[in-house]
Amino acid sequence: MRKVKEFIVEKLILICGLACIFFVVLIFLFLLKEGLAVFKIVSPLQFLSGKSWYPISEPPQLGILPLILGSLFVTVGAAIISIPIGVACAIYIAEVAPKKIKEILKAGIELLAAIPSVVLGFIGMVTLVPWVKSIFHLPTGLTALSGSIMLAFMAMPTIVSIAEDALYSVPKNYKEGALALGATEWQTIWRVLLPAASSGILAAVMLGIGRVIGETMAVMMITGNAAVIPSSILQPVRTLTATIAAEMGEAVVGGEHYFALFAIGIVLFVISFAINVSADLFLHRSK
Amino acid sequence: MRLNPYKTQKIAFFFLFLATLLIVVPVGLIVVIIIQKGLPAINWQFLSDIPRQGMRAGGIFPAIVGTIYLVLGAIIFALPIGVLAAIYLSEYSKENILTRVIRLAIVNLAGVPSVVYGLFGLALFVVFFKFGASILSGSLTLGIMILPIIITTSREALESVPQSFREVSLSLGASKWQTIRHIVLPNAIPGILTGTILGLGRAAGETAPILFTVAAFYLPLLPKSIFDQAMALPYHLYVISTQVPNVDEKIRYGTALVLLTLVLFMNLVAIIIRYKFRKRKKW
Repeated sequence: MRKVKEFIVEKLILICGLACIFFVVLIFLFLLKEGLAVFKIVSPLQFLSGKSWYPISEPPQLGILPLILGSLFVTVGAAIISIPIGVACAIYIAEVAPKKIKEILKAGIELLAAIPSVVLGFIGMVTLVPWVKSIFHLPTGLTALSGSIMLAFMAMPTIVSIAEDALYSVPKNYKEGALALGATEWQTIWRVLLPAASSGILAAVMLGIGRVIGETMAVMMITGNAAVIPSSILQPVRTLTATIAAEMGEAVVGGEHYFALFAIGIVLFVISFAINVSADLFLHRSK
Repeated sequence: MRLNPYKTQKIAFFFLFLATLLIVVPVGLIVVIIIQKGLPAINWQFLSDIPRQGMRAGGIFPAIVGTIYLVLGAIIFALPIGVLAAIYLSEYSKENILTRVIRLAIVNLAGVPSVVYGLFGLALFVVFFKFGASILSGSLTLGIMILPIIITTSREALESVPQSFREVSLSLGASKWQTIRHIVLPNAIPGILTGTILGLGRAAGETAPILFTVAAFYLPLLPKSIFDQAMALPYHLYVISTQVPNVDEKIRYGTALVLLTLVLFMNLVAIIIRYKFRKRKKW
């Protein structure tokens, strides 16, 4: 009797262990099921490189290049801001800060990670957007730049905590060796610790960028949502994620617009899959 | 001319410090601004009344209730699956391809953009299973989204139980499952609790996954069953700050404050449990 019970429990545990694989596959399959239908209307190449996104005109024009460029503008901007600041903060927390301050800083970063993105979007709307508008004398502060700044901020917890882990897991004798040879602490950090932790830091940066590309609410609230090809970072843009969130409410289930939004979902899923798998490879190499 | 290495170090450390301030100071400012501007809006009526005059007056009670339902539903679904999956990874799995694939799946599940979860929930629960836009669809979507958080923290908690505990139990003749059930799990409870609360906080704050699976723009009634639509705090904040013109700032800040308090309170509880547990640990 006990053997039977044990057998059942163990199988149940195995099934739950496999659930994650099941869910990832299920997500992908359902995105494909709903999204692939759009390729009866446009070819995949047209879909990815089409310059106009007018999903409700007749016939609908379903080119997502403006949206891809919107995401790219915002992401590159966020990366330029967040990578140096995030890595510098990770170094400070891991190597420079005294122990007590270190705990406070870590709590502050955790706090940032916990703030819901809609709250950050709201705060961005009422503070950051007016600043950008008045500093650059623009007709509107809802621009790619505002989005970049906000997203850079939202990527920080990911970058800082993973990069700090990577620095922390460098064997202590590397550091002791360099210091014993007469290097200053900064020389040790710059010449020894950073190179030794480089693959972990790279993974941190990649996961941070993954977070930026996938972020939806804050970006939708502060980038202005204009689905046109942007020519400058001071113009409104619309990202892939914001397009789905903003338009799905109006799309008719089973219509072309609905399929097209799912196809954007496929693009996002593939990007995040690629980023996460390669970041995981880097993290494993560092161990 | 070469800089003295000690001077270089001073300059470098100054910039590192500056970068840290650039992150930490805005975080503090955000919290302070929301508390300062939101606090005047908070009173009993705001917390217990339905929204009135096109959400420009009244309270946010239905949104609070909706969020609580959604979060509870998500945890009821995700906790058992998450803990059992963590038990599998920590106690049963061997270093092989399957385990590697499961780990990769968890990493990916954690990385899928939240709006893609929304699409998935729409396609599977709302359309395919015909649950419609309902608390059930929303809870299940949020549940799958927080699964990686629960699995990762639970697994850490299980793995931190010393190997010797298991060996003693097994040597006394207990079976593997008895050992897990009576020895390993009880010692890992605080860690699992931490993960659960962090998952709750995440589910309470997310907007994109509930956009198309449950959230109602304006619904002054409380949901009666899990097949009803419901309002939710994060979506309500989005609506009153972007979709409805001329909403009093106070109401927006007040809603942001309630949501922020809810999420930060859960995180605080999780941190305290973790801290106490670490102190109390005998091994």
